[in-house]
Amino acid sequence: MTAAGHGIEVAGLHKDYRVHRRQSGMLNTVRSVFRRTYETVPAVQDLSFQIEPGERVGFLGPNGAGKTTTLKILSGLLHPTAGRVAVAGHEPRLREHRFLKRITLVMGQKQQLLWDLPPVDTFAQNRAIYDIPRSAFDATLKELDELLGIARIAEKPTRQLSLGERMKCELAAALLHRPDVLFLDEPTIGLDVSMQLAVRDFIRDYNERTGATTLLTSHYMDDVAALCPRVIVIDKGRLRYDGALGELVEKIRPDKSIVLRYAHRPDRSALERIGTVTVCDDAKAVVRVARSDLREAVAHLLLDPDVNDLTIEDPPLEEVLRELFARSAAEPA
Amino acid sequence: MRTVTAYPTLLRIGFASAVAYRTEMLVWMLTMTMPFVSLALWSAVAADMPVGRFDQKAFTAYFLATIVVRQLSGSWVVWELIQEIKSGALSSRLLKPIHPLVVYSADNLAAIPLRALFAAPLALFGIASGGAAVPHQPHLVAAFLLSLFGAWIITFFVMVIVGSLTFFMESSTSIFDIWLAFFMLLSGYLVPLELFPSWVRSVADVLPFRYTLGFPVEILIGMSSDADIVRGLAIQYAYGGGAAALALLLWRTGVRRFGAFGG
Repeated sequence: MTAAGHGIEVAGLHKDYRVHRRQSGMLNTVRSVFRRTYETVPAVQDLSFQIEPGERVGFLGPNGAGKTTTLKILSGLLHPTAGRVAVAGHEPRLREHRFLKRITLVMGQKQQLLWDLPPVDTFAQNRAIYDIPRSAFDATLKELDELLGIARIAEKPTRQLSLGERMKCELAAALLHRPDVLFLDEPTIGLDVSMQLAVRDFIRDYNERTGATTLLTSHYMDDVAALCPRVIVIDKGRLRYDGALGELVEKIRPDKSIVLRYAHRPDRSALERIGTVTVCDDAKAVVRVARSDLREAVAHLLLDPDVNDLTIEDPPLEEVLRELFARSAAEPA
Repeated sequence: MRTVTAYPTLLRIGFASAVAYRTEMLVWMLTMTMPFVSLALWSAVAADMPVGRFDQKAFTAYFLATIVVRQLSGSWVVWELIQEIKSGALSSRLLKPIHPLVVYSADNLAAIPLRALFAAPLALFGIASGGAAVPHQPHLVAAFLLSLFGAWIITFFVMVIVGSLTFFMESSTSIFDIWLAFFMLLSGYLVPLELFPSWVRSVADVLPFRYTLGFPVEILIGMSSDADIVRGLAIQYAYGGGAAALALLLWRTGVRRFGAFGG
């Protein structure tokens, strides 16, 4: 197996955790001092996928699906129980320094910035650790400042920065060595909408400028929709979908929503003859129709002189995923 | 090679951290002043007549020297390791192309100049009190500095050994408490080893505790012969090397198990 350039290959990946189980109650607490019961919990099961160099891929799944476990295996923090993994031509579990210099893992809920020192000190530390020549360091920092606007904030102690400012500096610290492969685990978690947009734009710009392979997990579907033409969906550690985002939406929800605005309350029964009415209030209606019937439905609705505005929308990604996970929950684990 | 070139920067950042945490560090340094209590007790005992080779001035010099040596050879890596392994914060260190123990060592060593500011007045007072034959011959100064570094190596790597046990058990704090109990007794921290019965001294001579404190203290106050120093340095560095080897082995094995903690 090879992962030429800076691609990612995963084949038959398994990861089990051994977990200590104890029932509640004093007696069980005392008993556990002498005899412990362990249980093997599968976190990832028979997962296979391939990511080409330079791709931006969304890695989706509900809480506990195995996303973070997989990212940690790909970055060398966890050893797989079975299966083969190659990232940029390296076996991550060996954690060779040559490999670590080519990747980065940003975890929105963990930080690498030195808490009581300004981010510039973390940058300097990373320059020394990654052995970045001064000229390359200055050029990268300048570029990151253009994208993130960090020059003004990087000299304040980290603890005095806002969450958004900290995340910008985290991203800068993680990218100073110009990694070929980016693993981003919830990079926008807790950020306000404008900061989410800024981080999202930055990730796209960085990927386009450097051609870095990017694997992103996020609970904000707007992040995924804006950044990832392809998604890999896992649930209970198993692969549920791997392909284009648009095709996933079409496969799970083969309908579109027509949003109509009226000057007065619309006639619900007339709309029900066209499709499924999900909203019908004083000035607005939403009708769901099969994609194949869309053209005919729109033509019919446009004939109605009371319609002031008409837009066609895909179902929200959240709804699509909820439906996908509901289907997989119905299947045996 | 990268480790060598990165080390000065790591020391500089470590020093900046120590300065940022100066209040916490000062409080922590004050917790190492237990020898003042011993000094008060033993000075009272030696008020009428010396105890062995120790009169009041010798006790003053000895216990001030223990504080100085402890400040200059101390480490806190065990607490940091236990906390970072349990919380999963170790992950961000493991993702960097440098051995995490190199970064921990720089953090710990970088604080020594700040601790020296605290230790220096005590050392000067010890000298001024006239109880100590502070070595001024170059070979004794070199031996003292070597023994100080040897003490730091043993302390640091023993802490890494105990901290790394957290990879295998839920917390190794209590194991370090056991180490500390033996350290208090057998390092010369509370009682000069010379005052123990000879069989205790013999045991202390072959255990590592003396080489983390008492041995450099004895050199500093001129209580050691050249032969004792050579023999002591050999034992000290053997312990340092052994502790380092065991620490690295435990670390390597433990990092493989790190996944069990998630984080």
